[in-house]
Amino acid sequence: MSDILIGTRKGLFRYRNSAVELVDFLGIPVTVVLRDPRDGRIHAALDHGHFGIKLHRSDDDGATFTEASAPVYPPRPGDETDPVRGDDVPWSTSLIWALEAGHPDDAGALWCGTIPGGLFRSTDRGDSWELVRSLWDDPSRTNWFGGGYDFPGIHSVSIDPSRPETVLVGISCGGAWRSDDLGATWSVTKGMIADYMPPENAEDPTIQDPHRLARCAAAPDVVWCQHHSGMFKSTDGGSSWIEIRDVAPSTFGFAVAAHPKDPETAWFVPAISDEVRVPVDGRMVVTRTRDGGRSFDAIGAGLPADNAWHLVYRHGLDVDETGERLALGSTTGSLWVSEDGGDQFSEVSNDLPPIACVRFV
Amino acid sequence: MTAITFAKAFRRHVDCPDDNVDGATVGDALDDYFTRHPAVRSYVLDDEGSLRRHVTVFVDGDQVDHRCGPATAVGDSSVIHLFQALSGG
Repeated sequence: MSDILIGTRKGLFRYRNSAVELVDFLGIPVTVVLRDPRDGRIHAALDHGHFGIKLHRSDDDGATFTEASAPVYPPRPGDETDPVRGDDVPWSTSLIWALEAGHPDDAGALWCGTIPGGLFRSTDRGDSWELVRSLWDDPSRTNWFGGGYDFPGIHSVSIDPSRPETVLVGISCGGAWRSDDLGATWSVTKGMIADYMPPENAEDPTIQDPHRLARCAAAPDVVWCQHHSGMFKSTDGGSSWIEIRDVAPSTFGFAVAAHPKDPETAWFVPAISDEVRVPVDGRMVVTRTRDGGRSFDAIGAGLPADNAWHLVYRHGLDVDETGERLALGSTTGSLWVSEDGGDQFSEVSNDLPPIACVRFV
Repeated sequence: MTAITFAKAFRRHVDCPDDNVDGATVGDALDDYFTRHPAVRSYVLDDEGSLRRHVTVFVDGDQVDHRCGPATAVGDSSVIHLFQALSGG
């Protein structure tokens, strides 16, 4: 049975053989973690706060980690300032927010999304990183802005299993962007709607806040999106999006997971609203569709039903390769696992630090 | 020679031994230190080479202004201390 790696505010943990264990980095925020399925290497992104972000990696299943190269921005032109606030736009990684392995045909490739909005690519298993200038230099970047952070960030990087050169990235708040040539050129995707903008700007694709993108591995044209303003679905690989409305108890949230085999099935984790980021009525649920988004059920037997004030961040929900096991980790340090697609959850821990990410490995 | 010493918060994350370095300014002294201990650079400076916002530098007990810190003069017997800001959570 696969393990679950758990990145938290105070260290990297693992759920293995029905028990939680500390892996490493006690006391240090772990923002994202990746186990590259091609070589087994575990990459952990740390946010030291005062001392900056770092990348560490392990080639022995987490027994030991060594510090590796972190993505570094090139020198900033002297004249770039935030067009609204007038601040200098930092050309410096303030957070690693996405780590993904490249397509199996793209040997050695890794992708890394960061705040303040740069996408980095490695072609040597993480020994070195290069800023993807084609996206960073897009003129629309001056429209992007931060959501929850001072500057925009890339939190989702989705490789198309059927097209080795196709990559979809999600930017809060800069929209979803697709490349069909391994990042040489990009097009912003259309159809998202931002209700946090004036009406005339609501459909501007370059200011959208997709909180998280999740693709069906077996039918990779199907991509689900939890957006700041609701839920969306794409059936053309993320090029265009259709809003999913009227989902009880709420369409607000951060996390989404796509069934790896069934393009009709996906899971979201609702919260009341932008202004009130806790479960509706204090009842923790997951919303699941099994008919392509036409209908949803609020499920979650085994999740706390009363006075539960958890929030699940965008990387806090994952599904394994079978589509049956779900992991759900909250900012209040609870971890739940389901073995049957979400019909029944069991509580793993209520005592972890705030959870940033969970990942089946 | 100028002495450089790091608070224990740094030492937990990176090998940053006390050392004696050359340089007439804080910037030069740190550059010399980072030449000897390159892994420490990214813990003190950001990608753009600026002092990290929550790292503080003292020269002989006086806190250095971030804006003109690197140009601050140091003497032969100066001691540079590097600390981190305190934070909650």
